[in-house]
Amino acid sequence: MELQTALPRGEQLFPVRQILQADGTLLEPLPPFLNLDRLKDVYRRMVLLRVFDQRCLNLQRQGRMGTFAPFSGQEASQVGSAYLLRPDRDWIFPTYRDHGAMHVMGVPLVNILRYFMGDEQGSRAPEGVNAFPISIPIATQLLHAVGAAWAGKLKGEDTVAVGYAGDGGTSPGDFHEALNFASVFNVGAIFFIQNNRYAISTPNSRQFKAATIAQRALGYDIPGVRVDGQDVVAVLSVMHEAIERARSGGGPTLIESVTFRYGPHTTSDDPKRYRSQEELEEWQAKDPIERLRRYLAAQGNWSDSDDEALWNQAREQVAAAVAEAEAMPRPSVDDLFDYLYLEPTPNLVRQKEYLKAYLARKEGELRG
Amino acid sequence: MAKLTLIQAINDALRVAMRQDPTVVLLGEDIGVNGGVFRATDGLIKEFGPERVIDCPLAESGFVGAAIGMAVNGLRPVVEVQFDGFLAPAHEHVANHLSRIRHRSRGRFTCPMVIRIPSWGGIKALEHHSESIENWYLNIPGLKMVAPSNPYDAKGLLLAAIADPDPVLFMEPKRLYRAFRAEVPEGYYTVPLGKAAVVREGTDMTVISYGVHVHTALEAAEQAAARHGWQAEVIDLRSLNPLDLDTLIASVKKTGRAVVVSEAPRTGGFHSELVALINDHALEYLEAPVARVTGFDVPMPYLLTEDLYIPDAGRVLDAMHDVRTY
Repeated sequence: MELQTALPRGEQLFPVRQILQADGTLLEPLPPFLNLDRLKDVYRRMVLLRVFDQRCLNLQRQGRMGTFAPFSGQEASQVGSAYLLRPDRDWIFPTYRDHGAMHVMGVPLVNILRYFMGDEQGSRAPEGVNAFPISIPIATQLLHAVGAAWAGKLKGEDTVAVGYAGDGGTSPGDFHEALNFASVFNVGAIFFIQNNRYAISTPNSRQFKAATIAQRALGYDIPGVRVDGQDVVAVLSVMHEAIERARSGGGPTLIESVTFRYGPHTTSDDPKRYRSQEELEEWQAKDPIERLRRYLAAQGNWSDSDDEALWNQAREQVAAAVAEAEAMPRPSVDDLFDYLYLEPTPNLVRQKEYLKAYLARKEGELRG
Repeated sequence: MAKLTLIQAINDALRVAMRQDPTVVLLGEDIGVNGGVFRATDGLIKEFGPERVIDCPLAESGFVGAAIGMAVNGLRPVVEVQFDGFLAPAHEHVANHLSRIRHRSRGRFTCPMVIRIPSWGGIKALEHHSESIENWYLNIPGLKMVAPSNPYDAKGLLLAAIADPDPVLFMEPKRLYRAFRAEVPEGYYTVPLGKAAVVREGTDMTVISYGVHVHTALEAAEQAAARHGWQAEVIDLRSLNPLDLDTLIASVKKTGRAVVVSEAPRTGGFHSELVALINDHALEYLEAPVARVTGFDVPMPYLLTEDLYIPDAGRVLDAMHDVRTY
């Protein structure tokens, strides 16, 4: 007992890194790799993602999309974690709540819409965009990130691979195995953990006793950092450090981004059952988008009409993507069978022939 | 041509593959200085170094998962799982990721990797060292499954598996690792996946097996010939997926009788699928129901009674008798 009380708490060892405060003022000067133009671009992306996310929730409610996992509230983490990566040389291994980061890497909105509308084609990232399909199994993708970074290292490339997970994703053994492998083999993996406080309904207190997720880094002898996940400047800053470390052979980093999802876990979830309206409002007051808008406005660089035009532009862009996605045909019978192996096995050839023949017969009956 | 044991043929295949293709890397437990618990990787760390012959922390999910990421990013990992039962911790990666990466990314990402799995019983090992994992993965689309029965095929099939663009579970009959020697060509050659071998020709019945029990079937076939004058055709599937249905069905149509042999538990096994396929494609040629010689629906027994569980030539002979005298 004495030993435990003598140890410093995780919050003291791993204070939350913040640069841009909720009122839009800076605690320290902007890091040198950022300037106003870049921050405007970051802001534009966060606005687009917010509009997209809200539109997806509506599409699901209207029956135009399947189950959807919204990320509103986490835009600074989404944009900040992927913004500094090189899409063709670095990698991301996202969860089902990281399609914002996927879009920043270069995955078109149409792909994301098609994925949640039920088309596997949505997971096909464009050539030159190393965004792996989302992982619904929890924490597994952290090991894939380790492997991708490791392969880069063995090939003599300065690959950075970001593995995403949430607070719940720190519980399965794969989280431990990924951090341990990355540490032992010193690979350029970044573990970007968005701690949005709840794994569906289960709060942090039932997920782990430790005060922070970042402090787990100590056990693997790797750098760990806790960052305000609503502050995109701070997220960009810690990612910048982690990326530099990974590229220069310095090995992995564990990042805990402290954030909050405004919406449900998925469209099948009702968050009122497990968290209060007050807690939601408390987080909404720290909104990542509004915070950056205040900063830009205070620099005399961003007017209300600029802002209105940007939101309108985002709505138009999302509407165009939705129209394009809804106009796409559903996958074909060939699509069902032709991608499992490079060369379909004989049993797949037989099964596809059967399904096509059956559908032709069925069609005939309906017509007859 | 050198006469090699099956484990030496595996070792030779790995060496040949690594010399030919710098993207081939090995991952596993104790595969470096120790050369693997069965010595499959003996000496390879000397030639290729610890960056390509990688001793991993003791965590199958860890190194199978990491190997997936490596394969997706351009390497060809060959993973050794020490024993069949130890694949269980990596099941999530095999079932939920490895098998479907090409499919779910519509060909954008692929996972050309091999998992080598010393398989089945008969070496008087401890628990969880003698499992028939083909039945675990039979129902997971997207995994090729290969099972050699002799040194020549072991080398040629392993080289084909490593060159394959899709993931392969490579089940090695650990009981045969040092059971006998056979001529194995030097250098590179492949035995194609999806081609069965007729290892004994006959006209009275077809006995179908893979891996270790090809030998049980051959032993039974010799006894049947000596005792009853029955000439059994024995088919070594070599590859479970893709499956060489044509060779299998042609033989059954010729003989009119079939026995399938495997030591996996009886219910819902790969052997059951073989029976179903023969019924689908050759029912009108059958003179008798297809017989199954299998393990039982119990956990693999400990060493004192494993002989009661594992099919032997006598049980195959019994089944041959059943289909011949039906």
